[in-house]
Amino acid sequence: MNINATLIGQSVAFFVFVMFCMKYVWPPVIQALQERQKKIADGLDAANRASRDLELAQEKVTQQLREAKTQAAEIVEQAKKTANQIVEESRDQARAEGDRLKAQAKAEIEQELNQVKDALRAQLGSLAVAGAEKILGASVDQNAHAELVNKLAAEL
Amino acid sequence: MAGTASEYIQHHLQNLTYGNHPVNGWSFAHTAQEAKEMGFWAFHVDTLGWSVVLGLIFIFLFRAAAKKATSGQPSGLQNFVEVMVEFVDGSVKDTFHGRNALIAPLALTIFVWVFLMNLMDLIPVDWLPLAAQAVAGNEHMFFRVVPTTDPNATLGLAFSVFALIIFYSIKVKGIGGFLGELTLHPFGSSNKLVQALLIPVNFLLEFVTLIAKPISLALRLFGNLYAGELIFILIAVVFSAGWVLGLFGVALHWAWAVFHILVIVLQAFIFMMLTIVYLSMAHEDNH
Repeated sequence: MNINATLIGQSVAFFVFVMFCMKYVWPPVIQALQERQKKIADGLDAANRASRDLELAQEKVTQQLREAKTQAAEIVEQAKKTANQIVEESRDQARAEGDRLKAQAKAEIEQELNQVKDALRAQLGSLAVAGAEKILGASVDQNAHAELVNKLAAEL
Repeated sequence: MAGTASEYIQHHLQNLTYGNHPVNGWSFAHTAQEAKEMGFWAFHVDTLGWSVVLGLIFIFLFRAAAKKATSGQPSGLQNFVEVMVEFVDGSVKDTFHGRNALIAPLALTIFVWVFLMNLMDLIPVDWLPLAAQAVAGNEHMFFRVVPTTDPNATLGLAFSVFALIIFYSIKVKGIGGFLGELTLHPFGSSNKLVQALLIPVNFLLEFVTLIAKPISLALRLFGNLYAGELIFILIAVVFSAGWVLGLFGVALHWAWAVFHILVIVLQAFIFMMLTIVYLSMAHEDNH
């Protein structure tokens, strides 16, 4: 247990090891540690941000869904209204058309009736003339009595 | 085991010394007496050899991890090294508040190196010496495998730390500040004459405080490990006293080894922590 130059040798070895450790061991390890710390912090940050984004997105989705529902209801409502209106309109149109057709038919009937009446009147005129001829035994001048016959026919 | 128990113990406490013997010249000492006669210029080859080997193990282990250190997922060795580095870094940051790139690597080196040197104490006391004697073909060769049980090793470390304390004290406070710290405290006076008279008293107190730092640092480590080794040697003596006592010795050895695990880690930690504290004090300029 003598104190001797081992002391110096030990100090030199110590110095060399410390220097080596300071130059080649400590910096890379500490750097890696710090980088990892930063990475983890960034990762946590990103996760936080993502969950916040997710929340926002979910909120947005709910809102949009609600809006869409309202819109759909509105559209359905409007469609119903439009349908009713269309039905109403077509009913009115049909009624008008019917009326018109009825009126037309009536007019045609009237017209035909008139024609038939005219024809009848004419025939009746000539029949009357023929009857009168037979009764009088003489021919009645068609031209001289035409006025009379026409008047008669118009009275019928 | 050769010779009596006391010879055995003495043999185990003698370093393999290479030095300049007044009669034999540069040679290995064959006896404790010869080693003593070599004076200061002698080397404990076993102490130096083992401490350098263990230091290299530390360096290679940590360098291998440092080279491959990534900020990604660490594995195996890197995990271990990172745990050590973080532990030391935390200890340094808790205690040392200045900015100095040397302190943390210094503390790491001290902690791991001293721990590895202490760890040699857990290897049964006869294994490596017997192996070395077999290799060297000299059954009387001295061989101690625990560098920290050699006061040269612990003093070498402590004096290096002491040199750093002085260096940083002067660097931070200047020569004047350092001398002022040594001479103007703890007793001060506004009267110049009284102050001058107090200088020797202050110096005496402060110098003892200063010099106590490396001495206590070295002797604490040395004392703990030396005592631990001595008890291992004493237990080893028991092994040769018949199988009943031998079995008892095995149990004792196991119990002491378990307890000693605590001691070797604790002593490495204390050496590191005190180094940080002393260097932190050297950096503080608030007297």
